[in-house]
Amino acid sequence: MTHQFTKDDVFYYANFARIAFSDEEAEQYAEMLSELDKFAERFEEVDTTHVEPMTHPLHQINVLREDVPTEILDRDDMLASVKEHEDGMIKVPNILS
Amino acid sequence: MTLFSKTATELQQLLHNREVSVKEITEDAFSRIADVEGDVQAFLTVTEQEAKAQADQLDNVPLEQRGPLFGLPIGIKDNIITNGTKTTCGSKMLEDFVPVYDATVVERVKEAGMVTLGKLNMDEFAMGSTTEHSAFQVTRNPWNLDCVPGGSSGGSAAAVASGEALFSLGTDTGGSVRQPAAFCGVVGMKPTYGRVSRYGLVAFASSLDQIGPLTRNVEDNAMLLSAIAGNDHHDFSSASKEVPDYRKALTGDIKGLKVAVPKEFLGQGVDEAVKASVREALKVLESLGAVIEEVDLPHAKYGAPTYYVIACGEASSNLARFDGIRYGYRPEGVKNLEELYFRSRSEGFGPEVKKRILYGTYALSANQYEEVYVKAQKVRSLISKDFADLFQKYDVIVGPTSATTAYKLGETVFDPLTLYANDILTVPVNLAGVPAISVPCGVSEGLPIGLQIIGDHFEEGLLYKVAHAFEQATDFKAGTPLVGEGQNR
Repeated sequence: MTHQFTKDDVFYYANFARIAFSDEEAEQYAEMLSELDKFAERFEEVDTTHVEPMTHPLHQINVLREDVPTEILDRDDMLASVKEHEDGMIKVPNILS
Repeated sequence: MTLFSKTATELQQLLHNREVSVKEITEDAFSRIADVEGDVQAFLTVTEQEAKAQADQLDNVPLEQRGPLFGLPIGIKDNIITNGTKTTCGSKMLEDFVPVYDATVVERVKEAGMVTLGKLNMDEFAMGSTTEHSAFQVTRNPWNLDCVPGGSSGGSAAAVASGEALFSLGTDTGGSVRQPAAFCGVVGMKPTYGRVSRYGLVAFASSLDQIGPLTRNVEDNAMLLSAIAGNDHHDFSSASKEVPDYRKALTGDIKGLKVAVPKEFLGQGVDEAVKASVREALKVLESLGAVIEEVDLPHAKYGAPTYYVIACGEASSNLARFDGIRYGYRPEGVKNLEELYFRSRSEGFGPEVKKRILYGTYALSANQYEEVYVKAQKVRSLISKDFADLFQKYDVIVGPTSATTAYKLGETVFDPLTLYANDILTVPVNLAGVPAISVPCGVSEGLPIGLQIIGDHFEEGLLYKVAHAFEQATDFKAGTPLVGEGQNR
């Protein structure tokens, strides 16, 4: 079950995660991920037939807020942390170059 | 004046008798920070001006309007957002991020009249066990400056142990409040999942993260949890249960208490000195009337792999929001959107975070989802059931908080599996969502050892009762700061 990661695997998953690696880094991460996955080898010992997956620690019913207007944060305050903005809008580079 | 060795109750009495002002306590805290911060490096941001202005205002509040935490200093872990004060998460990604509102816990400590001293160092995005994974500085253990303070709330634990702050807030995703508390000789509580609002906490693994208090004794800890706990309409996973005054639980009476000690908690890999201290602690509990029995927690050994799959999966999803667009790190000279995403994340995140994002992306991928991620969720069910079964028969579960005392700086950086193995004692608690507290129970070669007490959901009061009874019967309370002038012992 354990996966031996290759450099190409790192590039493959890194592409989904939008992280770039050099060849050398990819080799290092392949080793680290293989080590980490070796850890999950222990799962093979566990019989989980008829076991329900646990997605949340408490059995709670999701609660929705009433649909009423509330105070919102000030736009200028929020834009203070934005790198580039103009006329109250966030500036990003061109999508089509 | 030196106030750093006093408890909250003692300071409160001085305030009440007008023998000391909030301003004096605040100045004393910053004077202690000035003395020892060069060695400890617990703070990423110190908000001295704001704190002193806050103290001036608080001194005008009439005595009858003051609660038990009024005027007392607190430090906040840097993944809990603070209005107008930089919140970095220990990451270059958020190096310049200044939030525009307070996390609910910050609102609540302010409502209680506490003075916030600043933001505390941590492993980047709370990923790590040593606080060496911060992008900015390495925090040192006040008991031995060559050692780590633990992680990821290492700054929070070190600030309290060194007397820089009387209280601090940390976060615990896999043991990140309890393990640093054990390493630094202070009290750290990981409350039940949902007991404390996570609104305003920068999410790492949402189904595991929980904010918890660190203090130098159990009573102070109980007071702080009473102040921050409770339902919050901003966080729908917060529990709508009434919050007791936890101080009322500190009766010292634990006669007849049924204590389970899992064999797995005192097994291979646990340091002999740690085992000896925990066994001594069990004798103390027994002498106080508790009934101790050895039990099995059969799936605890799968805690660490389960944690890594689930935590990395949730982290890869939560950290997808850091894309360089709205806020956070943005590289210079990018040509298009694709390059912006890649360069922001590649240059903004550190190696540990990248590794976990990658592993999480793998675990959640279509090929691996059933075999890795869902399997981990099923094992999580079994771990949770182990706890539920034990709590049918026992009041608390007791064992060490950490398998070893604090490591030397840099010692385990290249051996991640050693760090992961240490997580076996703490991560099952997060997977099950139950509460657990770490209290000092000994010292080995000058470094503290922590005793972990685990309870059923929402039984924090019982944990405080046991921890307090133990603390009163022993001499390990209040971490002894070994740095700076004015040592208290």
